[in-house]
Amino acid sequence: MTIRKKIDRIEFGLFSSKMIQKLSAAKIYTPNTYDEDGYPIEGGLMDPRLGVIDPGIRCKTCGGRLGECQGHFGHVDLTRPIIHVGYAKEVYLLLRATCRVCGRLLIPDDKLKKYDIGHLSIPESSNFWKMAQKISDAEGKCPYCNEPQIKIKFVRPYSYYEGENNLLVTDICERFKKITDEDLRYLGLNVRPEWMILSSIPVLPITTRPSITLESSDRSEDDLTHKLVDILRINQRLEENINSGAPQLIIEDLWDLLQYHVATYFDNGITGIPPARHRSGRPLKTIAQRLKSKEGRFRKNLSGKRVNFSARTVIGPEPNISINEVGVPLLIALELTVPEEVNERNIKDLRKLVLNGSNVHPGAHNVITPIGRKRVMEENKEELAKNLEEGDIVERHLQDGDIVIFNRQPSLHRISMMCHHVKVLPHNTLRLNTSVCAPYNADFDGDEMNLHVPQSEEAIAEADILMKVQECIISPRFGRPIIGGRHDHVTGMHILTKDRTEFTRGEALNLTGGIVKISKGKKKITGKEIFSELLPTDLTLSYEGKFGKVSIENGKLVSGVIDSEGMSGELLKELFIRYGSDVAREFIDSSTRIAIRAIMEHGFSTGIDELDLPEGGLKKIEKITEDAKANVDNLIKLYQKGEFEVIPGKSLEESLEDYTMAELGKARTMAGKTAEECAGDNSAVIMARTGARGNLLNLTQMAGMVGQQAVRGKRIKRGYNSRTLSHFMKGDVSAEANGFVATNFKKGLRPIEYFFHAMGGRESLVDTAIRTARSGYMQRRLINALQDLEVYPDRTVRGDSGIIVQFEYGEDGIDPMKKCYLEQKSR
Amino acid sequence: MKSEELPGTIREMYEKQDKKEKKRFLENYKKAVVTPGEAVGTIAAQSIGEPGTQMTLRTFHYAGVAELSVPLGLPRLIEIIDAKRAPKNAIMTIFLEKKYSKDEGYANKLAKKLQERFLCDVCKIDIDVKKRELCVETEDDEAKKILQKFTESEGEDGRFVITEELLSDLKKIKNKLEKKRLEGIKGIKRVFVRELNDEYVLYAEGSNLKGVLNMDGVDKNRATTNDIFQIYETVGIEAARNAIITEAMKVLDEQNLDVDIRHIMLVADQMTVTGTVQAVGRTGISGAKESVLARAAFEETEKHILNAAIYGEVDTLGGVAENIIIGQPIPVGTGTVELAIKPIKAKKSKK
Repeated sequence: MTIRKKIDRIEFGLFSSKMIQKLSAAKIYTPNTYDEDGYPIEGGLMDPRLGVIDPGIRCKTCGGRLGECQGHFGHVDLTRPIIHVGYAKEVYLLLRATCRVCGRLLIPDDKLKKYDIGHLSIPESSNFWKMAQKISDAEGKCPYCNEPQIKIKFVRPYSYYEGENNLLVTDICERFKKITDEDLRYLGLNVRPEWMILSSIPVLPITTRPSITLESSDRSEDDLTHKLVDILRINQRLEENINSGAPQLIIEDLWDLLQYHVATYFDNGITGIPPARHRSGRPLKTIAQRLKSKEGRFRKNLSGKRVNFSARTVIGPEPNISINEVGVPLLIALELTVPEEVNERNIKDLRKLVLNGSNVHPGAHNVITPIGRKRVMEENKEELAKNLEEGDIVERHLQDGDIVIFNRQPSLHRISMMCHHVKVLPHNTLRLNTSVCAPYNADFDGDEMNLHVPQSEEAIAEADILMKVQECIISPRFGRPIIGGRHDHVTGMHILTKDRTEFTRGEALNLTGGIVKISKGKKKITGKEIFSELLPTDLTLSYEGKFGKVSIENGKLVSGVIDSEGMSGELLKELFIRYGSDVAREFIDSSTRIAIRAIMEHGFSTGIDELDLPEGGLKKIEKITEDAKANVDNLIKLYQKGEFEVIPGKSLEESLEDYTMAELGKARTMAGKTAEECAGDNSAVIMARTGARGNLLNLTQMAGMVGQQAVRGKRIKRGYNSRTLSHFMKGDVSAEANGFVATNFKKGLRPIEYFFHAMGGRESLVDTAIRTARSGYMQRRLINALQDLEVYPDRTVRGDSGIIVQFEYGEDGIDPMKKCYLEQKSR
Repeated sequence: MKSEELPGTIREMYEKQDKKEKKRFLENYKKAVVTPGEAVGTIAAQSIGEPGTQMTLRTFHYAGVAELSVPLGLPRLIEIIDAKRAPKNAIMTIFLEKKYSKDEGYANKLAKKLQERFLCDVCKIDIDVKKRELCVETEDDEAKKILQKFTESEGEDGRFVITEELLSDLKKIKNKLEKKRLEGIKGIKRVFVRELNDEYVLYAEGSNLKGVLNMDGVDKNRATTNDIFQIYETVGIEAARNAIITEAMKVLDEQNLDVDIRHIMLVADQMTVTGTVQAVGRTGISGAKESVLARAAFEETEKHILNAAIYGEVDTLGGVAENIIIGQPIPVGTGTVELAIKPIKAKKSKK
């Protein structure tokens, strides 16, 4: 390990014109960049003293090659001074705060002396600004030289008027020079104000504005170079005009144009002036645009960085690997490397890897010796393997068991990045156990995921201990399992552990073979007994499941059926806190595999016939629909007659709406209940009841009725003038005219109902699109506001400035992720 | 860890345990305690932000009263976090003092007293453009009293006429009259009386905590509003912090999203740590950060950098964002700790 230097602090400040000239490697004076032969001109914007962007050339200033020389600043001397646009407002405020003749701060001495200049707070300073401006705004007199002040007017973006007269930048500069350092300190300023007015501007090194050579061997310059050319051109013209004694008007016009170009060089998005454009009409990307907003330097390149040692491809399911593992395609494993230091124990293995070369799987790419880094190639691999010594580092291929970090965007919470062990597999997709889909929110309809290989021992250790999947079974958000069996796992386990499921020994072995052992001797084995084999022998637990109480005694499932509460809820949580993450992981791995075998053995499918209701059921639902419609009609009659109980605070129409909504809602609930009763114990109902997939509402809508459609939380009212569709009378408030869908998905929707349903569906689509954007921004703000908070060893929570936010984290010092430890009762 | 060192709520739980259980309880507590260095801020932010994607956008919930709709869901959560000065649908829940709490008549009387009533609610106000006259007709006695101050020309049947030369003046007077409040508390638009757990409770649309607390018969300990800023201004910062927690929890609970209360507490504490309610965002917490780089990386990049230059700011690189920018390990979690051994000493011992 090399000892790295640490940046302690960063100070911000302004350069004076002198400083800019001093820092400059070349004075730039000509707007031409290349001569006829295509070589850069000295004193032009591509001056070779500003750095190198072409391979093979050495820098004229430092002698470095491409990649070694970071580039050097140049400068342009402006013929006339220019206001820095970023400080246009500060210049205005300062003009107002100081005397126009003597340059003193417009605050009487006795008031100033009350404050200690060394210890001014920010509000005190801003108070000085306001105090000083009062006198000049009121056109009062300077308390020092008694000179009457004139009100200053500021016209955005960079013009100033004193009374009626235009204030020239040269005059402003003269005034600023008179302001004393002491007065500036009262205002909190740390720089000379004349530095906010530019008489030289720095020219960025060419490495920051490289020109690119197009296919047609034409050169295309960077936007900043274009802008600098504009500045130089106008600067030159201005100088020529001044020298030739042109009229003042023309000079001022050119001066203003120069001001425009310098302003847009810094920021091309200033309101009030048209943005400078490229020849094609595209606005130029100047300095501010490079830094600003999501695509700017700060957010695109500094807060988030591109990384090496990563891979990305489509994901696929693989139930036969552990939740801790990730299946890595061979092609990826051939490309990614892990640095491994050679020691006496691994030297033999590493030699073999080097001998394999870089194209055979367990191989190596590079060998790093104290002399340097060498690529493993067919020609030199034997030599490299022979000379391998302890202390060398071999960058070997990714192998089974290596630690990698796996991630799926959007990374909304920390379990969107977890650590897995590598399992190199054939084919081209990354494979993961279906139980870890939940934290990543992944499915296999084309999702892609990323893989990162940590490169240092510290990083590997940290990832392995803190980020491994099995350590993340409990969600830090609510302190209950987020990883666990779901969908078919739940259904399968339900089928297996139902009462009166019995297997012969052969069948049982088919289910458990290679996963758990089953006790010898018995001829018939129940499903509950098979499940019990997954549990630690001393586990005693009872909890409320979805089908009543589940009780486990000494590792035996005595009564109850396993549902989603067992596969990824209470039972899993107990296993995790009592026996640790290894046992919990083991349980998830084996229980899901057994569950899948059980569901395959039993056979499980669902289809349209699941929704066939017996004759009686259909009639019942029809009756419910009829009744609901009749009730609504009654309400409407009452409403028309005016014998209607109005909800206080609402109008007659609103009350009617509320009553009808309630009536129709009731109808759907009843239809759902009837459908569930009639459907009996078919696959769809089993899935809904066990919590595997789907819910009662889905069933209701398929077999019972779809129900009232809503737009903006109300019945559908929009469309034609005072009616929804031309099929209805104007002012029709009945159920079917306002989006009530009485049929179900199986029977099929009537055209009008279909249309209403599409209206409701469209709203929810729009809703989702907007919601993701809104909640994304909310989360960004939350993270930014809270990211510096950390628990200190004394259990206080403090921010980066040391400010104590909480004296005891969460008032009781408990980690939400570990809160179940406290809830744990005696065994 | 000794039992005296336990935080309040935990200690209460500890005292309740059986003697045999006490030791085990302490051990369990030790297991459950948060690890030093844990980046609790980030976890809290993620725990609130992540379920945000699952929330519905436009939901209204009826807080015990069918007439009042309270915005819930994502918009309300954003409203709380933004520390908006006036929420869109302000609602007050007003409990009565014990002696009146079962008295429906009293509750109704108080409700009437609270509800705003304007002059325009009881009068007909018209402008006669031709005659340059403002006619007000009313039967309300209180309205009459106010009108008498404006004009002496009281006609029969409570008809008042105000004449003015300019039409614009008449309009001004009309506006003024319309805004005259006869009774009630400013901001309370409607009040409903409902029975809740064997007592009568007033629900009000619109909110004015200060005004309501000054009314007789109101239980000052329990009357509340969903306007966090009003709570801050009338009862103080601690109350505002609690209000943020309860309001945010209400939103999440209603959506059936399980989020641990400690995460929300942390957000509320961070919002109120300076003694005022700060918004989460560039106008509040993020804008007030010490580090220039952290502020520039969040929003309004140019402003922060330009100002940092002239005020001579120094970035001491204490936070997470800054250190990511310059490429150093971040000072939370495993980045907080450093190796205590001095490498030079280790060398010497070798010799």
